[in-house]
Amino acid sequence: MWAIVFNASFITDFMAAAIRMATPLTFAGLSCTISERSGVFNIGAEGMMLSGAFVAAVGALFTGSAWIGTGFACIIGALLGLLLAVLSITLGANQIVSGVMINILSLGFTSFLSRIIMGSAITQKLPTFETWGIPFLVKIPVFGEIFFRQSPLSYISYAIAVILTFIFFKTTWGLSIRAAGENPRAVDTAGINVCLVRYICVMFSGIFASLGGAFLSVGVVRYFTENMSAGRGFIGLCIVILGKWHPLGAVLAALIFGAVDALQLRLQAFEVGIPYQFLVMLPYICGFIAISGVVGRAQSPEAVGKPYLKEN
Amino acid sequence: MSLNWKQITLSLSPVWATLVALTLGVGLILLAGLNPIKAYYALFMGAFSNIYGISSTLTKTTPLVFASLGVALAFKGGYFNVGAEGQLYLGGLGATLAGLYIHGLSPLLHIPVTLAAGFVAGGIWSVIPGYLKARHEVNEIITCIFMYFIGLLFIEYMASGPLFEPGAPSAMSPEIAASAQLPIIIPNTDVHLGFLMSLTLVFIMHLVLTKTTIGYQITAMGLNPVASRYAGVNIVKSMCILSFVSGGLAGLAGASEIMGLKHRLFDAFSPGYGLDAIVIAFLAKSNPIGVMFASLFFGTLRSGAGMMQRATGVPTTAVLAIQGLVILCVAISLVLPQWRPRWFRADIDKETPRKKENE
Repeated sequence: MWAIVFNASFITDFMAAAIRMATPLTFAGLSCTISERSGVFNIGAEGMMLSGAFVAAVGALFTGSAWIGTGFACIIGALLGLLLAVLSITLGANQIVSGVMINILSLGFTSFLSRIIMGSAITQKLPTFETWGIPFLVKIPVFGEIFFRQSPLSYISYAIAVILTFIFFKTTWGLSIRAAGENPRAVDTAGINVCLVRYICVMFSGIFASLGGAFLSVGVVRYFTENMSAGRGFIGLCIVILGKWHPLGAVLAALIFGAVDALQLRLQAFEVGIPYQFLVMLPYICGFIAISGVVGRAQSPEAVGKPYLKEN
Repeated sequence: MSLNWKQITLSLSPVWATLVALTLGVGLILLAGLNPIKAYYALFMGAFSNIYGISSTLTKTTPLVFASLGVALAFKGGYFNVGAEGQLYLGGLGATLAGLYIHGLSPLLHIPVTLAAGFVAGGIWSVIPGYLKARHEVNEIITCIFMYFIGLLFIEYMASGPLFEPGAPSAMSPEIAASAQLPIIIPNTDVHLGFLMSLTLVFIMHLVLTKTTIGYQITAMGLNPVASRYAGVNIVKSMCILSFVSGGLAGLAGASEIMGLKHRLFDAFSPGYGLDAIVIAFLAKSNPIGVMFASLFFGTLRSGAGMMQRATGVPTTAVLAIQGLVILCVAISLVLPQWRPRWFRADIDKETPRKKENE
């Protein structure tokens, strides 16, 4: 077995799989990062992801284009983000309750509509994305094929992470976002609309989560199954903590989880003698450990989870 | 204190929310190109028109009541137990182990022991997130969800591995001892003693929450943990006990399901009762009596869904969509009272300013 493991093609294959597995988690992590930075817990990321996966699948099925499906997914993500924002920011509902609601709502609707629209038997595979090889870089021996021949959505996730980093730490918008999460009163005093900042961030959070969902359905397996997000949105919440609320940190943390996922799949294939259920558990156990603060505690934005209410 | 119509209208807000959700459900079924009136009629007839329907409705209500009581208790105390499904599975495992490996007891002893095993197993699965929340401020939603996934996989492993009955067609354990099985209380149906036990628990919990100091402490802890701590309540200890009991109740749901209905541990033996329990607890505003009625409502939905699918072609998952609408409407109804028009404010409802929470 070890001869196989240390084979070069095994390693490239493993690393490519890790990156592939990491992409939806990166989106989930970025989704939670932007909303928590602005002061809103997005427990609903899981539901937004599931809805995104479903809408992307339906869109791709009817238009024949994975890209248009993904566009529809972004719209549903933004709408669910808007719903979370209206409930938790304007109406002052508990953010956790609102998020849990979005998860249950999404699970119910996608399960119902998928049977109506797609039928129980899935016969044809959905259209998907061509992988993109980045010119020149893909020619690098060994690593080129791993890092530079991926789904376009993977590149988009990295691009978003870089752009978010720039916005967060180099622009006044970013300052407003971070301040809305740390000290909303100060933002308000400076004449910036805290609620507006949070609305925008939560809607983008929904868009990122649904992009992750679109990657799951049209990007990898090319079909939709009930509850196919399988807790990845929640892993996104762990990724934020591991990544210390930094977009690039989220990318790294997602890669770790992606590697764990790719590893457990390979261990299953090799029949190492561990029952497969324990291998499937691995990402959840890692998430559990990550969030329980065993890996060192990070400081969350001060005002996250608290609704901002103006003095009358 | 006399109740006027405004207060009654307000306190019935979950009922209005449910009605709105069912109306939206009509629109949803129409959109799917199917007949909503026939669908609702078939659903209702499936659940109540004959003894099999009623039997199925009550057996489905039973685990819902147990699990929802657990979730409602947790909500009361400020612990968002969204992992009831996992605790339910662990409860089923605990009961199966006690039912399989303890022999020679009379049912009078074996049944309580088996129930206790289910309670403890569910409780342990819940006390871990509870302790982490109280001691380390770890968000219990996420830990509960992970515990749920881990628990589900663990049960799958147990049912297909160590407890697997050789020769069985799918992942299942051998049948538990007859002395650990709950008796059927209505002849020729599946309604078992668990149903009565769940109703008894509703009233016990109602009394505990309204008449005892413990109930008052739980509510106080849920409303304001900081004040409770200053009042001398040991938050870590209280939260551990609360989360243990909450998980234990969810565990009883699994235990009674195994002991009364299935008699074996299957993988995926629950169709999502623990997830319904979250919606039910919200809908009931964590009130035990409300939990009973909301569970019956959800039991009806689950029980009639099959008939609805057979008679009208509306898939059973419509019930999940309706649940989603219910929780959406309930979530809105929870915050609406703050926004109700001036003419609708109840007379004794003091003009309390909204709390300043962001200091």
